[in-house]
Amino acid sequence: MRKIRFISIVMFLLCSVFMQAQPVSNPPVEMADGMRSDGKIYVVVGVLVIILFGVFAYLMSIDRKVSRIEKNIEELSKK
Amino acid sequence: MIKRDIFSKSWWKYLCIIFLTYTVIAGFLMPVPALEILHETIRNLYFHVCMWFSMMFILTVSLVYSLKYLNKPNEDYDIIASQSSYTGLMFGVLGLATGSLWARYTWGAWWTNDPKLNGAAIALLSYFAYVVLRNAMDDEQKRARISAVYNIFAYAMMMVFIMIYPRLKEVDSLHPGNGGNPGFNQYDLDSHMRLVFYPAVIGWLLLCSWIASINIRTERIKRHLANQ
Repeated sequence: MRKIRFISIVMFLLCSVFMQAQPVSNPPVEMADGMRSDGKIYVVVGVLVIILFGVFAYLMSIDRKVSRIEKNIEELSKK
Repeated sequence: MIKRDIFSKSWWKYLCIIFLTYTVIAGFLMPVPALEILHETIRNLYFHVCMWFSMMFILTVSLVYSLKYLNKPNEDYDIIASQSSYTGLMFGVLGLATGSLWARYTWGAWWTNDPKLNGAAIALLSYFAYVVLRNAMDDEQKRARISAVYNIFAYAMMMVFIMIYPRLKEVDSLHPGNGGNPGFNQYDLDSHMRLVFYPAVIGWLLLCSWIASINIRTERIKRHLANQ
């Protein structure tokens, strides 16, 4: 039992040594990754555009709600 | 009958969406001059300064309608004047908050004894007093008349404390264009920044007007229902 444990520990240690010995100089994989370029500033732009559109959509819905109430009142006053 | 005018039209609201979307995208991506201390925060010009421009625009609208009310007491003038100044107050608070954050990372403190900061705070307080004054009176005509008169005073305070006092050569100000400092336009509001700054001003003015228009329309409905 002790032997097995000893062997497995040695194996793990060797594994880690071999892992480190592997060359890590893989060339960076080029992908279409525009959102990560220039310090990821495009992500900030995206976030702000989303927030802005959320605010616009909300304002428009309030605007429409007010228009509907205006129309309702007009119809009521005609009756 | 509820009044329907330019406030219910939608074309200028689409214009606002176009200008502000352009502002956010171009505001972050267009080149800006590289300056000491400011670095990328110079882009705040498209946002922080526009808050103050919007505030001054909508408060000027408020003043004009207060004057119109004093000339001819029409209830609708009072609605436009009051709701415009409420919206202006909101933009003023945003201007103070954004300016405070900007100051922390360029001047080193959340609040400095800059005459423009203290002046803006005084100006906003005088408009808070306008809100308190309006809420303190129940009689509609009296409220409209007295708050219209007070609005002239508040506007004068705002102009003196934001536009005139910080610009004096005798006071020390950190703001560009104030206290004898050169203005932004003289050395670093270059042609690229103008391309974003001017549309940004228009876009934020339109957004401010949009919010004010919703306030005005709801107030009209409220008064209409109350009068019945």
